[in-house]
Amino acid sequence: MSELVNISQQHHIKLSEESLQKQTTTLNLGPTHPATHGVFQNIMEIDGERVLQTVPTVGYIHRAFEKIAERRPYYQITTLTDRLNYCSAPINNMGWHMTIEKLLGITTPKRVDYARVIVMELARIADHLVCNSVIGVDTGALTAFTYVFQYREKVYEIFEEVCGSRLTTNMGRVGGFERNFSPTFFAKIKDFVATFPAVLKEFETLLNRNRIFMDRCIGAGPISAERALNYGFTGPNLRATGVDYDVRVTAPYCSYDEFDFQIPVGTNGDVYDRFMVRNGEMWQSLSIVKQALAKMEQLEHDAPEMKDVFYAKEADKFHLPPKLDVYTKMEALIHHFKMIMGEIAVPPGEIYYSVEGGNGELGFYLISDGGRTPFRLHFRRPCFIYYQAYPEMVEGGLLSDAVIALSSLNVIAGELDA
Amino acid sequence: MELTNEIIQQKLTEAFGDAVSEWAQPYSLLTLRVAPERNIDLLRFIADDKQLGFTFMTDLTAVHYPDRANEELCVVYHMHNMAANVRLRIKAYIPVAQPEIASATCIYSTANWLEREAYDFFGVQFTGHPNLIRIMNVDEMDYFPLRKEYEMEDPTRRDKDDEMFGRGSIM
Amino acid sequence: MSRPVQYNTSVKLVEIPEGYSGEGFMSTSFDKAIGLARANSLWPLPFATSCCGIEFMATMGSNYDLSRFGSERMGFTPRQCDMLLVAGTISKKMGPVLRQVYLQMAEPRWVVAIGACASSGGIFDSYSVLQGIDQVIPVDVYVPGCPPRPEGIIDGILKLQELVKYESLRRRNSEPYKALMTQYGIQ
Repeated sequence: MSELVNISQQHHIKLSEESLQKQTTTLNLGPTHPATHGVFQNIMEIDGERVLQTVPTVGYIHRAFEKIAERRPYYQITTLTDRLNYCSAPINNMGWHMTIEKLLGITTPKRVDYARVIVMELARIADHLVCNSVIGVDTGALTAFTYVFQYREKVYEIFEEVCGSRLTTNMGRVGGFERNFSPTFFAKIKDFVATFPAVLKEFETLLNRNRIFMDRCIGAGPISAERALNYGFTGPNLRATGVDYDVRVTAPYCSYDEFDFQIPVGTNGDVYDRFMVRNGEMWQSLSIVKQALAKMEQLEHDAPEMKDVFYAKEADKFHLPPKLDVYTKMEALIHHFKMIMGEIAVPPGEIYYSVEGGNGELGFYLISDGGRTPFRLHFRRPCFIYYQAYPEMVEGGLLSDAVIALSSLNVIAGELDA
Repeated sequence: MELTNEIIQQKLTEAFGDAVSEWAQPYSLLTLRVAPERNIDLLRFIADDKQLGFTFMTDLTAVHYPDRANEELCVVYHMHNMAANVRLRIKAYIPVAQPEIASATCIYSTANWLEREAYDFFGVQFTGHPNLIRIMNVDEMDYFPLRKEYEMEDPTRRDKDDEMFGRGSIM
Repeated sequence: MSRPVQYNTSVKLVEIPEGYSGEGFMSTSFDKAIGLARANSLWPLPFATSCCGIEFMATMGSNYDLSRFGSERMGFTPRQCDMLLVAGTISKKMGPVLRQVYLQMAEPRWVVAIGACASSGGIFDSYSVLQGIDQVIPVDVYVPGCPPRPEGIIDGILKLQELVKYESLRRRNSEPYKALMTQYGIQ
């Protein structure tokens, strides 16, 4: 009997009297499990199919980003931000660049803003595609997953046109992008915008009004708006409870106030609402991409010299000079050397900046002491904050509901643990 | 009446007097320092007050300033008034020798894991927290890694050449 | 009504090993046949922890399709899989879990370390990350990249197939293998 008590204390579970006679089962939905999409653990006390109590354990992929960031120059931290929510890495990258730009007081030209909006919204589409198709997989509907992943490859190809990498993009520089956009970039986006609506429609036809899917998802893992706000929810999970908080609208960045889009909200905060909110957001993101493309073309039409602008002139010290200058001019060589050795300093200051990430408000709290690396960098990670609410969402429900509630929350392990 | 930084500052100095100090507005985000004993009172006041209405806790973290004597650890709260779209940053400094401060879990459920993370990284003891144990690192770890005196790498590593990484005797 | 006979010209098939063949029979040595069978039906156990896991999912998808090479059945239980694909960073907290999963696999078993983090800790040279999974389990193939492109992951698995095809049947009982296992503390 005492060993059971010791084990329970180790796992921080409060066992009730009956369970010491093993009336309930302890299930370790462990760090490696097909249902947990990422490494986090849930130790559940279940009575038959009903979940009585669950204790999540995180930290299985703690990579100490905040400690590493204190040793890396500012533009090397972009590679760390990639690996936060790795399904939508460009959003994290742009958020970090915008934090530094706010710290330095740099305004980016419109062309850069529109291009940033395009890649951020494409990343959001990619992220929501993973989440929604995985909700489908967890309820047993594998077809949607295979159809939709094909289109994520198209998004990857677009990212490759900009930065060369598919998943962990390290895209852009402080003040803009690393090189001008090729015509293939625009061609691929036009192709995506033309072909994707049919695919998303097909995805919706498979799942949205599917009787089995609706019966599984409606009422599973609910949370009320008051509890969600108290838990610090942001993003699609909060919007599914009915609160229309979106950082792109309340604190517009990157010219988002020039775009016309809506914020889909749900009512109950259950799995079905989260699924529908993400679907709605994908349609909105697609519309924003179309608008941004039109705006970029309009800009080039009105002012043809803008075609060569891809970063802000004030951010010159964060850009590698053209190679021809590096080999022929002294200043360019010195600048190139300083950049590569990581000796570009940023003035002292303290800033909190946030963007609307795929999962919610992704915040960067940066304290700079005037050196080449941050004094303290803290990521406000939405996944970490809302995963705390998981026990409250599933206790009292069935085990299968707990599984789909977990996948509908879209917990990305990189953002959870940092 | 629109909620401006001046109104917030005025209301809080009226209510708390000397306990709040060091007012600043870096990048127009009102920042204040509160005495660590009054942190829960302040959080409750700004949540309950109808005009201030800071009912959303965006973030809770800690910073280690090794140079400030007797106030090395700083607990930073970021609060948000969603309706009026106003943010607030509250700092509470505590000494590293006795890093105790009251836990905010009585008001906000979101503080639960955020405080566990601050404890795990810096060793801040939040009194009144229901379950203050390590969250990210292994349970057997006996030091607080994000404090400035510790290196980024594992302290037991033998294979990394200090000379090449700027920590050797020659540098 | 019978269809005309169609000979396969467009799908690449695996070649038969060398041996003596005659009318209706073919004889070869045991290890060649077993090596062929094992190499072309490696059932993977995806141990996806982070970003490389998403690239692994893309490899399994229809664009890059790993199942062409025999990895059709993705198992999530170590008891039924031959190949452990570790994709992603393994932290010190996760190390014992990984070791436990490796121990639960039945012989013959192979390990592929996908990505820079699994091979050597990657860009995370910090106190909490295991600097390479070969600190806890023996690894057969390392696939570099951050994350490696799906073609890279396929290349790694094809290299593993070469290893498996020519592996001696007595390898698991040989002295060097036993020494390797004792080095890792595995019985």
